[in-house]
Amino acid sequence: MNDVILTPAGEKPLGFTLGVLAAAGAVAGIFIGAANGSSLLGVIGGAIVMAGIAYVLVKLLGEGLEKLARLGLVALFAVVGLLLSGTPGLVVGGLFGWFFGWFAYWIGFGRYRTPLVPYLTSGQVLWHYTFRVICGAIFVFLITPILVVMPLSFNAESFFTFTPEMLSFDPAGYSLRHYRDFLTNPEWTRAVENSLLIAPVATVISVSLGTLAAIGLSQSHVPGKRAIMAILISPMIVPLIISATGMYFFYSKIGLVGTYWGVVLAHAVLGIPFVIITVTATLVGFDRSLTRAAANMGANPVTTFFRVQMPLILPGVISGGLFAFITSFDEVVVVLFIGSAELQTLPWQMFTGLREQISPTILAAATILVGISILLLTVVEMLRRRSERLRGMTPR
Amino acid sequence: MKLTKTLLASTALTVAAGSAFAQDMADSMTLVSWGGAYQASQDKAYAQPYVAEHPDVTVSWDESSNEAVAKLRAMNEAGNITWDLVDVVAADAIRLCDEGLAMEYDPDELLAPADDGTDASDDFGDLIVSDCFIPQIVYSTTVGYRTDLVGDTPPTEICALFDMDAYPGKRALEKRPINNMEWALYCDGVAKDDIYDVLETPEGQDQALAKLDTIKDQVVWWSAGADTPQLLADGEVVMGSTYNGRLFSVIEEQDQPVGMLWDMQVFDLDGWIIPTGLSDEALARVKDFVYFATDTQRLADQAKYISYGPARMSSAPLVGQHADLGIDMAPHMPTDPENSKNTLLYNYEFWADYRDDIDAKFQAWLAQ
Repeated sequence: MNDVILTPAGEKPLGFTLGVLAAAGAVAGIFIGAANGSSLLGVIGGAIVMAGIAYVLVKLLGEGLEKLARLGLVALFAVVGLLLSGTPGLVVGGLFGWFFGWFAYWIGFGRYRTPLVPYLTSGQVLWHYTFRVICGAIFVFLITPILVVMPLSFNAESFFTFTPEMLSFDPAGYSLRHYRDFLTNPEWTRAVENSLLIAPVATVISVSLGTLAAIGLSQSHVPGKRAIMAILISPMIVPLIISATGMYFFYSKIGLVGTYWGVVLAHAVLGIPFVIITVTATLVGFDRSLTRAAANMGANPVTTFFRVQMPLILPGVISGGLFAFITSFDEVVVVLFIGSAELQTLPWQMFTGLREQISPTILAAATILVGISILLLTVVEMLRRRSERLRGMTPR
Repeated sequence: MKLTKTLLASTALTVAAGSAFAQDMADSMTLVSWGGAYQASQDKAYAQPYVAEHPDVTVSWDESSNEAVAKLRAMNEAGNITWDLVDVVAADAIRLCDEGLAMEYDPDELLAPADDGTDASDDFGDLIVSDCFIPQIVYSTTVGYRTDLVGDTPPTEICALFDMDAYPGKRALEKRPINNMEWALYCDGVAKDDIYDVLETPEGQDQALAKLDTIKDQVVWWSAGADTPQLLADGEVVMGSTYNGRLFSVIEEQDQPVGMLWDMQVFDLDGWIIPTGLSDEALARVKDFVYFATDTQRLADQAKYISYGPARMSSAPLVGQHADLGIDMAPHMPTDPENSKNTLLYNYEFWADYRDDIDAKFQAWLAQ
């Protein structure tokens, strides 16, 4: 959308430019002012400063000197930031300078109009950008907690605290000690080991049973299809704590509590709904005449399944398997009930660690897990695209 | 026992006899504790030396002491006890004992005598507050403060908690009435000896809550032992109550700008209980371990790793230096004479009788 010019840009009236910039400066001033004691002063100061800067940039320097003016503004803000609060101020100031330099030209020369069709009213243009800002804010709201965790995991201290050294980007404030602890402390390595022993086996069980169930349920002649489906999906809908309590009392009666297979089976039950849902979705696009054609050529049902049906629904099976794997790998409630001290999984270790000793090792573990999750979800997305391509739909 | 084993091993019959002997005791044990530095100290002082003597035994730790009562109830109902030895505070031990979930024991039979031959029951003395409770340590709940946020006159007594003029800022208090109510009454002018007489009456309870009301909007309520150290390290609170061992770790090991008070520290006990319903092999192994882990030297050893006082009188003179920092641990013990000039002992009987009522009142007050 950046390159297409639908409406030619033109310089806006000075009053409009100064007004918008003053408003933006006032908003920024609230935060700076609040941090320094008086938000009212911040609002007024921010508005005046930004209006002044806008005037200098747009009126005095103009488009000809744009590059230079914007660089100068970045430098100016960075220096002011540095004087006010050291290294972090330098970075924040630089970012502010970059943003306001771009913003002043964007508003002042009406560039915000260019990607939009010319007949929109001002209100529609305003809504167009407000909508994007709201979307961006939601995105920030969702992602910030995860991003905050990452730098904290490099903390040199044993607390969840941004130390003054960290804030001034002093290398002494950062350390890999929590990663070292995560990789060498037997409590954590055993937890990782347990998780890696439990999750794949639970996944294999979920995938085998879930795929078979999905294929069975996709046949038209199965009686009570919806009811069976609902029961199989129920572990996803029933509150986990209820399932966990039920499993605990049922598994104790048959001696499965505190055993490896107990945890594996419990996790397999939780993973099956994901497999059923993804495989059922893939089967919608599966052409049944292919199985009949295979049977016609003499293949028995098992051969047909492995040679014809399976390769076609494989993307659905794999993405279901990945969800089942993540379910087991991230699961804490059931394992607290069914597991035992020797079977502590990674989430269990994180849960008790968070309660008993707030150590950034948990954050190091979380950062690594987030990395793994991103990797797995990327794989799922790629498989989804491949499957759509194979089915002749355009991947978007 | 070791001697018996060695003797048996030297004869031809041994192989069979020896293995029969080994089968009498389970070769794995699940110990339940609180996690963190405390569990680490138990592991280093008790479990690792025990495993060194018995290489065929595996010990696993479960950090579930916080919900030990609930979990033991569930295990009991499911008829499947998976824990062998559980570390709980004395109040929980009393409850578990009353409910029949913890095993009663005979101190002189289960526990080793002191080095000078004093019976275990005398060596532990009054600290055996329940027939099921095997005391390990004396700890205290006390108050820590940020040295850089209290100005030039750091607090010296507990009532600084309620002094918003001298020490403005947030405070961290435990989200339960115990300790808070006692401190509130004490700082409201009730004599120490009269605290529980006053707290028995509804008027006294209201008086304590009224005192707490004066700081309520500045209180951050904590429920896990790790909370207050984190809040202090953050500078989010200016002072807060927590366990003395946690403060020792923040001050000495983590080197944070934090100081602590010993004034009106509330002593409490922590120790083992053996769950009822263990198999004979498991029980034999646990008894063997408990005999080893609660002897005079082992209890004194634990103080090398954490600043909690050993529950045996005979262990006190053996308390030495911190294993890593090399500082003398005695002055950091809550029981040190310098630190215990003005203290309170957790009143088990009072809280057993009044906990439910006062808890309800306290929670209602919190919600107001």
